Amino acid sequence: MKGIIFFLIGIFFGITMTKSEALSWFRIYEMFRFESFHMYGIIGTAVVLGAIIMSLMKYFKVKVAGGGLVTYTPIPLNFKRHIISGTIFGLGWALVGACPGPMFVLAGNGYFFIIVVIAGAVFGTYSYGMVRDKLPH
Amino acid sequence: MLYDLIYPSWHWSISGLAIAFILFLLTMAGRSFGVSTTFKNICGLVGAGKKNEFFKFDYKEDSWRLFFIGGAIVGGFIAGVLFPNPFAVSLDSDTIFALENLGIVYPTADSLGRGFFPDEYFRWDSLKAWIIALAGGFLVGFGSRYADGCTSGHAITGLSHFQLPSLLTVIGFFIGGLLMTHFLLPFIL
Repeated sequence: MKGIIFFLIGIFFGITMTKSEALSWFRIYEMFRFESFHMYGIIGTAVVLGAIIMSLMKYFKVKVAGGGLVTYTPIPLNFKRHIISGTIFGLGWALVGACPGPMFVLAGNGYFFIIVVIAGAVFGTYSYGMVRDKLPH
Repeated sequence: MLYDLIYPSWHWSISGLAIAFILFLLTMAGRSFGVSTTFKNICGLVGAGKKNEFFKFDYKEDSWRLFFIGGAIVGGFIAGVLFPNPFAVSLDSDTIFALENLGIVYPTADSLGRGFFPDEYFRWDSLKAWIIALAGGFLVGFGSRYADGCTSGHAITGLSHFQLPSLLTVIGFFIGGLLMTHFLLPFIL
């Protein structure tokens, strides 16, 4: 039954990615050329409001599903890892013009070629799993 | 009036508000907003967990994400196919000019005329398009797993929790994105 809740939140996410135009290859290209405020406005608004909401939830000790409080498990700080992994992701993001969320939403929009990109992403994830012991973390 | 509410694209502030609301809903539901783990879950579902613990699909911890992604696909269908914006994405004129220099015509490059995806370029019958799509997808998949998150996990959730690792990762996203857009794309496309 809980699945339905996440399915509904997912529908709202899909509508948001589409109506925000954040799934547009062209919007990502425009963003990396600093020629429009559109994407920065979206991410900036989301982060500022998100930070306020998360802070208020922690301050007022809001109980979430399962009875726990709002927590975040930090990943260990490793400058090299964050910059290298982020750069690898960014190269792909600008090339295919979609990050993981929009990839799935684009499929729903009827752009079925994106399935090839998703297949590449699954293979990339699998490859990482196979070599992760050899990478700095 | 109703038409103006349902069909056109949203202002960036409304979009940002909606994303923050999604972060709130998933947090209330006891989950962490992050999409890229879906790729790991797909690996696990097709049996990669047998060879490598890393991919193991934990039904209790991971199944919600499949419902979420299923919803995202349906949401894309609702917003993009059932109630499509009648206008193409309104790009900056400098961007359109730069695209023309790369040989990508906008927005007629999109058979659906919306400016979401250059599908005149990303065609099923183009070997180059397959290579670019697979390579780009590979970088996104490898990078996000190595980074332990993508745009939703780091740029939205991590930054909302004031995480320095997320900030560094997002800086990495831009190093890679700027390198690709300004130095590599002109040679690739």
